Parts: sequence; structure tokens; C-alpha cells
Amino acid sequence: MLLIECPWCGQRAETEFSYGGEAGITRPIDPSALDDAEWADYLYMRNNPCGSIKELWNHSQGCRRWFGVERDTVSYKIAGSFKLYAGEEK
Amino acid sequence: MQKNRLQSGGRIDRTQVLNFRFNGRAYQGCAGDTLASALLANGVYLIGRSFKLHRPRGIVGSGAEEPNAIVQIGSGAATLPNQCATQVLLYEGLDANSLRGWPSVQFDVGSITNWFSRFLAAGFYYKTFMAPRKLWSFYEKLIRDSAGWGHAPTKADPDFYEHRNAHCDVLIAGAGPAGLMAALAAANSGARVIIADEQSEFGGRLLSQTDEIDSMAATDWVAQAINTLAQHENVRMLPRSTVFGYFDHNFVTIAEHCTDHLGAHKHTTVRERLWRVRARQVILAQGAFERPLVFCNNDRPGVMLASAVSTYVNRYGVCPGREVVVFANNDSAYRCALDLDAAGASVKAVIDSRATGAGDLQQEVEALGITVMTGHVVTNTLGSQQIRAVQIAKFSIEGTVPATLPAQDLVTIQCDLLAMSGGWSPAVHLHSQSGGRITWSEELHCFVPDGTTQNCVSAGAGNGAWELHDCLRQGLEAGKAAIEYCGLEISDLAEPKTEGIETNSLQPLWRVPAVKAPDRCPKQFLDFQNDTSVADVRLAVREGYRNVEHVKRYTALGFGTDQGKLGNINGMAVLAEYLGEPIANVGTTTFRPAYTPTSFGTCAGETVGQLFDPVRKTAIHEWHEAAGAKFETVGQWLRPWYFPDGDEDLDAAVKRECLATRRSVGIMDASTLGKIDVQGPDAVKFLERIYTHDVGKMKVGRCAYGIMLGEDGMLKDDGVMARLGEQHFYLTTTTGGAASVMSWLELWLQTEWPDLDVYLTSVTDHYSTISVAGPTSRQLLQAIDCDTSLDAADFPFMSTQTATLCNLPVRLFRVSFSGELAFEINVASDHALTLWCALMDAGKNFDITPYGTESMHVLRAEKGFVIVGQDTDGSVTPTDLHMSWMLASDKDFLGKRSLRRPDALRADRKQWVGLIPADKTTVIAEGTQLIEDTAARAPVPMCGHISSSYDSPTLGHPIALALLKGGLERAGEKVYASLANGKAVPMTVTSPVFYDPQGERQRD
Ligand SMILES: [Zn+2]
Repeated sequence: MLLIECPWCGQRAETEFSYGGEAGITRPIDPSALDDAEWADYLYMRNNPCGSIKELWNHSQGCRRWFGVERDTVSYKIAGSFKLYAGEEK
Repeated sequence: MQKNRLQSGGRIDRTQVLNFRFNGRAYQGCAGDTLASALLANGVYLIGRSFKLHRPRGIVGSGAEEPNAIVQIGSGAATLPNQCATQVLLYEGLDANSLRGWPSVQFDVGSITNWFSRFLAAGFYYKTFMAPRKLWSFYEKLIRDSAGWGHAPTKADPDFYEHRNAHCDVLIAGAGPAGLMAALAAANSGARVIIADEQSEFGGRLLSQTDEIDSMAATDWVAQAINTLAQHENVRMLPRSTVFGYFDHNFVTIAEHCTDHLGAHKHTTVRERLWRVRARQVILAQGAFERPLVFCNNDRPGVMLASAVSTYVNRYGVCPGREVVVFANNDSAYRCALDLDAAGASVKAVIDSRATGAGDLQQEVEALGITVMTGHVVTNTLGSQQIRAVQIAKFSIEGTVPATLPAQDLVTIQCDLLAMSGGWSPAVHLHSQSGGRITWSEELHCFVPDGTTQNCVSAGAGNGAWELHDCLRQGLEAGKAAIEYCGLEISDLAEPKTEGIETNSLQPLWRVPAVKAPDRCPKQFLDFQNDTSVADVRLAVREGYRNVEHVKRYTALGFGTDQGKLGNINGMAVLAEYLGEPIANVGTTTFRPAYTPTSFGTCAGETVGQLFDPVRKTAIHEWHEAAGAKFETVGQWLRPWYFPDGDEDLDAAVKRECLATRRSVGIMDASTLGKIDVQGPDAVKFLERIYTHDVGKMKVGRCAYGIMLGEDGMLKDDGVMARLGEQHFYLTTTTGGAASVMSWLELWLQTEWPDLDVYLTSVTDHYSTISVAGPTSRQLLQAIDCDTSLDAADFPFMSTQTATLCNLPVRLFRVSFSGELAFEINVASDHALTLWCALMDAGKNFDITPYGTESMHVLRAEKGFVIVGQDTDGSVTPTDLHMSWMLASDKDFLGKRSLRRPDALRADRKQWVGLIPADKTTVIAEGTQLIEDTAARAPVPMCGHISSSYDSPTLGHPIALALLKGGLERAGEKVYASLANGKAVPMTVTSPVFYDPQGERQRD
């Protein structure tokens, strides 16, 4: 069971979190300007690397914040957690 | 009479006699015995029959590695199957039985399979399963009747189990010399230490040997160490606790056996405890398993591991034989000869395959007058249900192991016990589970840990350190390193003094040749529990198997309760020989949790029965119960399903509830609806992007039916949303979708649009929702002191306002999920029951009828309202549901772009229709597939499926809702519902709205 660091609450067991897939998939500003292939790329295509990946996690059984985790898909080592946007918290 | 019990010595208490039964016969043992040591003390050698061939089998080992002595303990609901006699602690009244052997283990009918065991060679099951099928039924009967493992109890387990979470700086698995030394090194630093050992006592091998540490008996040193550790509050000692799983990020599971050793108890305390430990450092000190030697008939009762024999002599005061032969390829078994001699047994000979013999220990053995035959091997055993003699042959390895041994050289030695040692294999299981690599050591001839991926270190025999001083030193170093890692002060504890001896290195000997080839000679067993022999592995290789994982499955090598703890390494080495490859290339099979069998009770812990899953009840639940409601589970919620009047069944109750609601007024507890409060300056901006309709145009006090889509354009959830203020909205979600919608909204708000100033609050539990529906619902509310006008002009359909009812503050919504004039009342949950009772009381004059979820479903189906998750499945677009009118054209919203993807525009998409059976009587089961052509040949093309189906009380005939290919354009056409019995029912395609299509009643 992974030990995940919530940037707001600290290290907690994996069971407190839910998974949100690959991080850094930015929603296009104007989806209507995209052709089908470009939209499908945003919608479905993910990197699935053998190694380091940045992904979304939600502290669903805790503070309910979404944040990013950099994790190795082979060793499951976690390099660190990060907030998803720069600047001050709301 | 315990005929094999020694007069003195051992760690048992001879004054505490314990009575027990085995296979129905009464025996006596002593406090401190295991079932295995007590059976051996009583001279019971035949413990059971083997799995496949029903050969007589006895005790081989003394711990978790035991493959044969697997028994059933007790009877009834608390019976324990597949218990290892070497690990079962004896208690007064213990009742154990062999797993196999019919009518008895002494005379087993199944052993006739021995006669045609050639037909039960490797892959027998696979080959027989394949063809011919007729033959299988014959074998199946034979095999299933006589084989099989223990019996699972048929009643619920009466015992208690618990889970406990723990954190520590250092977790030590194993309390032998290395583990204890590591614990001592860590204890002084103040580190939080957990040390667990599967045995009832700490000490490991030190309890079984006669070594000295720091000039005292090793057992005294153990007692001193335990005493020292006990004085540290920061050290938790867990005996009878198996570290059985090593997971990610140093998460380790331990099964603590709390009460089994106390005997038949009253099930009042925790039987087993699962420790879930997150450790900063893990020290793996689980020791090593002695390997059997592989020769003909090496499975005969009375053939035991040399170290196990020493354990029974030194720890349990039991001498398992009178006339003993020791057979080894290494020095350690010579200790067994010394122990047996000291116990008064006659050691007939030590047979050493090595021409060189042993080091210092050989002189010690010979000084006692014991014959040592170097350059010899045991090639066969004689006897029936117990060993009677061994056959010895000269042996030498010149380049390779000879294929056969010359028959004329055989010497027979009479004996009643053969103690064997083929060397040692570190217990690398946990290291391997942690993700650590293992490599084959050409020097030690075993797999050793090599490189870790987590914060753990192996020490002692588990790390290939055989000698006591090496174990102590590695334990000390591991303890100190762990403390250093934790940033704590390292103690100046010194390594204890032990006497070293000179040893000769082990001679690899993976199988002893026989006088005939492996498939012509008596069986040479590799895996006792699965009856896997050298001939089986050879056959597998001949049939083309190369990969160790495939050979495992073909020959069953390494399966079973012991998971090949004894047999695996020999099996892999023999496989390597037949493949002509080095052992390092063949490798091992994968080590997976659990290290030893772990009970379902331990895994489940407290989460059984009512604690299996949380149950959510509404604030009005107790009224429903008192009214005799039948409940159904919706997510974690318990909701009234229907309210039977007397002995009404579901259909009768639903008919009555629906008709009353259409005629006068029905009342329903809708509190489980998901409710989200949305506030903030950017609330409109945010909700415009979430919902498909025009949120900004909504006036304060207005409600709207809203749908949200996934980015793939598929319907995700729906519900009524209301504008309570300029910057204040109230959303409802489906009961099941409440949590996921909340998380979905937060995802967008937090990750994609953090610039939006919006706040979300779940208010599902704060407000209870009571729905009153029916033509007289307005009068009902007026009858309980409503302080505002409810007339359609003042309070139109799809609007909301605050009010007081019965002096209780409420919020009213004029929305309808039944098609009738209806009001949804939100009231603080504390007041919900009061309000409900007041409505029921006043409702007597209006024929008020409470209804449950089933009537709610029927009423909405008559009206053609969709239920997300029942009528949709994540592949349905708003267009498929006739909801194109809800898609605002002048703004973007989640999923909008996907509605233009080619797949969303396909003409043959499954779309939402109503269906009425042509005979107007048949109710079709939900999930039934629709077909176009009853004459089509199988596989018949399917054109849709029925998602909702009821016998409509209002219309007086069955109705169904369905997703039908191209359904939007097919009103009036005919399709067929294909029933499970092969019949096809003609159905007429209609609009999904069966009742009041103009919506006049709800707007009233
Ligand atoms: Zn958190």
C-alpha cells in the first residue's frame, strides 16, 4: 500500500486517496476549434510510461484536495507531491 | 506412554501433562509441545497420506516448511483446516485428524493409485482434462473422493478477529540470533521497534542447538536478551506472529495468533490480529530452510530433516528414533549426530557424499565412536509405513553426477530414522516480495538477497550467513544501520563472543542417482506435498517445457500449503540439470504474499456482519421501520422499497402506492438525493461550464432540470438545480452519484479553473428531503400551517422558495419526478421526523400513502423520466435521450465537443424509446435483449436492450423503456424481446413518455 504525501495533510495511506489519471492534460481553450483527431488526442491519449509519471490524486477521505504526485510505475517509488497551480492557496 | 520422550532436557514442562486426540486415539503430551513433537513423543510416525499418490507420510520438519503433517483441528464451526502440526501448539483437549486416508491412514484405499501411478505423471490433470472428456468423469470421481485438502467449516466462524495499524522505526521479522541482536542494537536508541516471530518463543535456532554465547548456554543468552528488550517501552515483542506480507513503501503485514495455543476457548477474545505496519526500516531475519536430499523413497515416514531432529531432541525432549542414520552433503548435519548420541540414540553411521568429509565436527563425531562414511550416499530406503533400512552406495562426482549407481555396491543398514541435510536455503520470501532481487550464489549454493528496492536489509541465515557468529554480527550491524538511518544515537553494543569452528564447504547434490534411471526406479521426491518427483520434472523437460513457471504448473512443484518451502530449490536445480543450464539461468518462481497460509478471518478482521460496510439511514428511518417498510440498499443507503399493507407482496403494494399518488397524495423520503451548495462570485461561470443548459439566464428562485456530461459527451449525472441567489446555487445529484459528482466538480475547480472563485459544500446530510406528490399535495401543505401562498401564480412549477411548515423553517421546490403536482421539502435533518409525522397526521384526511423506491421508479417510468445508471450506462449521449433541446448552442460546456465526434453522430446509435408488449400482458425482464428478426439464425443480431420494465398500474398494461438502435426514428415499429426461454415477444415502439405527455398535471 502506497504512502502518499498530501501537500496539505502530510503522509497518509493510499486507502485515503482516489486516483485521477495522468496529470498535466490541459483542457483546450477552445474545443470547438479542434478537429476530431486533436480532440481525441486530448480525450483519450495518455503516455503510460515505464518509469516516472506525474499523476493526479485526490485526498478523497481527507481534505478533498486534488494534487499531483510523481511516481515511478516500475518501482512505485514516489519522488514527491506537488500542488497543481502556482501561487497562493485560495 | 510417551515412549520417545527423554527423561530430561528441552523446553517442555513434564509436570504439565496435556491430553489430546489424533485420528480418534488418545495421547498425552507436555506443555510446550507442538502437536508434531507430541506425536513423535508417542511414536506416531504415520501422520497422513500424500495428495496424489496416497503414500504414507510422516513429519519431516519442525516449522513452517512442513509439507506432510497437515491436519484438521477440531470440528464444527470453529474447525481449522490445513493446520501444520509442527506449528500447532499443544493444548488440553486438542483434537486433530489427518486430512487424507480412507478408511484410515494405516489402510488407505486410495493408495491403489500407487499401482498405476505411472498414469498420474506430470501434467496428468491437464492431459486428462483435454481429451477424452469421457475418461475424465471416471478419474474425477476417483480423485475427488480420495484427494482434496481439509474441510472448510460450513457454519459462520464464531471467533473474533481484529486489525491494528502501527508505525515503527524498525520492524524486525524473525527473533533468532540475528533478529534478537538487531533488536538489542536498536532498543537502546529509543527507536520504536517491533520484533515479530512466528514461533511461540523467541530464539529461533538457538532453542534447538547447544551453542554457547558469551560463555553461557545460548538459551540463557536468549532469556537475557528477551529480558533486556522487555525493559524497553519502545520495543514491542510479538511472538506467535508471522510476518507474511511485504508491500509497497515498507507496508508490512503480520498475523498474530493470540489464542489458539490456549485451547478450545469460548470465542470471547480476539483469536487472530492482523498488524498493518508502516516501518521506516525493515530488518529481515527469518533464517533459512534446510533442504531435503533427493533419493528413492525419500518420503517414507522416519525420513526427517537433520535440523528438525535436533530441534525435537534439544527443544522438545523427544528422540524420534533409536537407530539412526545421518545423511548429508554438508557439515551442519553432524551436529544432529552429536545431539542424537547425547540423547542416547544409536547413530549407526553418518553418510557424507563428500570425499573430504567434514571439518572439526567430523572429529567430534568420530571421537564418540560413530562411523563416518565419506564418499557415500543413501540411494534408497526400505520399509512400508515407517523406514526400516537404508541402502548405501559409493559415490563420487567426476565432472557430472553419474546417471546410475552400480547395484553390486549397495550396502543395507537397518535404522528407524534417517536424518538428512542437503544444505540450506535462505528464506528470501519477504525480501523478494518487497521487490528485492535474489541471485544464485555459486559459493553458498543457494539463492541469496541481492539488492533492495525498499528500506530493508537482510541479516543472518536468511542472508546466507550459516555460522552463529556471522548471524550475530550481521544482526548487530543491521540494527545499528537502521538506527543511523532513523537519525538516532547508535549504541556501543559489542558483538557477543562465540566459538568458531572449521567447516568444509557443501557439495551440491540435487539428486542422488539410483541403480536405475529416474523413471524406472522408485520415486525420488522433490515436492512431498504435491508428489512431484525427479521423473516428473524430467518428463516436463522432455515434453518441451523450459520456463520454471511453466514447469511449476505442469508438475505442481511448489504449490500447496507449504508453497514449496522444502522442495522448490531442489526442483529448480534438477530442472536446470535436465535443461543443461546453470541454476542461475533457470531462476525461481515468484514469491507472493502470504508467506504462510493466513486465515480469511485475519484478512477480514472486524469488517464482518453489520460492520462489513457502513449503512446510511435517513433521519426518518425509524418511522419507516415502524411502518413495516421493506428496504433496499442504494449505495450505502437503506431506502424504503415499498410499504406493504398487511401481507401484500411487492406488486400489490406498488400498485396501491402508485394509484393513490395519482389519485390523492403520496409521500416519499427522498433524503438520499445528493445535495451540493455552490456559492461564490464565479458560481454562474463555473456552472455554465458544467451543465449543458443556460445557467446564467436562470432567475433567482427558479429551478431547472440539469444534466452534466463527461468530456466524452456521455451523460454523467442529472438532477434539479436551483438558483437561490445571484451567486448561490443548490444542486441535486442522483443518490449513487453524490460523492463522485462532488469529486468531479472539485477536480475541475481545483485543477483546471483555479481562477474561479467558487465554493462547494456537500449538504446531503444537513437537509432531509420529503417529497409529496399528487393532486391534493398543495392542500396537504396548506393543512399544516404553510405561511406562504402555494398557488400556481405565486409559486409556479420549477421554482423554489423558503417557507415555514408547522413552524419549522423549510425550503420548498415545485419539482416533480412523478408527473403529478408535487412539492419537495428540504428541512434540517433534526426536524425531518417531526415534519414527516405532521404530514402523515394531516394527510389522513387526504388518503396520504407513503411510497418507496419501487413506486418512485414506476411513476417516473410512466412519465418517461430517465434514471442515470439504470437507463444509461456511460455510452448514452443527451441526443440519444431526446435531450438535444437542453444543449445550449452559444456556450462551451464539458463534453460538448465530443457530441460532434463521428461516433456520436452514427445513425444506428442505441436511443431511448418506450415499448409496449403487443399482447399488453407480458412483463419483460430488465436487461432483455431486443431483436429484429425471429427467424434469424444464431448468433442472432441484437438491436437493443430493455433498461426499465414495469406493469404500469396507471395504464393497466406493462410498459418498458429501452435503448434501441436508431430508436429516435422508429416510433410505431415492431421489435421483439428475446426471452431466456427462447421465445420472442413482439413489442411496439412508442414514445418513452406514456403518461400525460403534455405535462399538465405537474404544472397544475
Ligand atoms: Zn489532504
